[in-house]
Amino acid sequence: MHELAVCQSLLREVERVASAHGAAGVSRIEVAVGSLSGIEAALLDRAFSIARMGTSAEQADLEIQEMPIIVWCKACKTETRPASANALLCAQCGAWQVDVRSGDELVLRQVELVQPAEAATS
Amino acid sequence: MCRECGCSVTQDDVHVHDHNGTVSARSGNSASVEVLRRILHDNDHEAAHNREHLAGRGILAVNLMSSPGSGKTSLLEATIDAIGARHRIAVIEGDLETENDANRIRARGVPAVQITTGQTCHLDAHMVHDALHALDLSEIDILFIENVGNLVCPAGFDLGQHANVTLLAVTEGDDKPAKYPVMFRAADLVLLSKSDLLDVLDDFAPDQAERHIRALANPADVLRISARRRESLAPWLAWLEARLAEVRSDAARHARRHHHDHHHAAE
Repeated sequence: MHELAVCQSLLREVERVASAHGAAGVSRIEVAVGSLSGIEAALLDRAFSIARMGTSAEQADLEIQEMPIIVWCKACKTETRPASANALLCAQCGAWQVDVRSGDELVLRQVELVQPAEAATS
Repeated sequence: MCRECGCSVTQDDVHVHDHNGTVSARSGNSASVEVLRRILHDNDHEAAHNREHLAGRGILAVNLMSSPGSGKTSLLEATIDAIGARHRIAVIEGDLETENDANRIRARGVPAVQITTGQTCHLDAHMVHDALHALDLSEIDILFIENVGNLVCPAGFDLGQHANVTLLAVTEGDDKPAKYPVMFRAADLVLLSKSDLLDVLDDFAPDQAERHIRALANPADVLRISARRRESLAPWLAWLEARLAEVRSDAARHARRHHHDHHHAAE
């Protein structure tokens, strides 16, 4: 439901990067999204196609990497992948006393920038 | 872990970790830039600012979240009645429309700022920051932020609170934590509200609700409360007092260190 707000924040970060590097535009954006982040990849994708209008990322493709949930068990000291987002139990021993090592990411990883024409030819 | 973006770069490496990104490859007229920055960086930055500002003044900030109608405002009224004479309370209210909740709080003689979010389904750190400007922080011990009634979106936005408290009314079903894992994973305390109704409900098992919360790897205490049963609030009030004491001792320690630093700088 709040994917549009997240998308606007993403585009602010992207525009900051584009302007810091003096880019003419953005061709590709890569984000990492875990299912514990509360963001639905399909909805983020749809929101992006609307939110990008009028920004330097208007022509950009959004690549969403969905991150697996990985937990580290404090009891048996192993790293496993739980079955689902609402059962973050150690797959080895079933304990709930685990640290979530991956799965709650909401991170801008990489941006592909289009360089201004004069910079590309020089 | 890098606090800027949550990536696995350690604190020692942060200086090599430029958040405007570093160019990793070029081809033709395009350049790939590695960024690794949290998408909600702006919000998180503002939230950290709010938290430091409040903590520096020894103010405890509590973010109250739940579905609509779980009794957040009733809990606040009962909490004000119970400890309002001992601690100075203020409330920031978030709703899509109306000043109704803020008016209920003001009727108790407590300052309240209403944020009407329009179509936005959650509060964010910038809205809370603006609301803080409408409050006299020198007159506050505990600040409650009553988030928009919604078990989905508010969990994604840090406001600068010191603790998340999530209400689960016993009329809602004990499997709510399994249905809304992101929200209940974020809770530092879960209050089973309207628990005076447990006697007449045969379909809510508090132990089951607690099991679902543990399955989210969350060790948070689960307390049964009812705004209508004053005695049931005792553990909640004790929890609040303990968190307030923590925030105050942190503030005092910070102030002493600050004073110490200045003292040495003057030598």
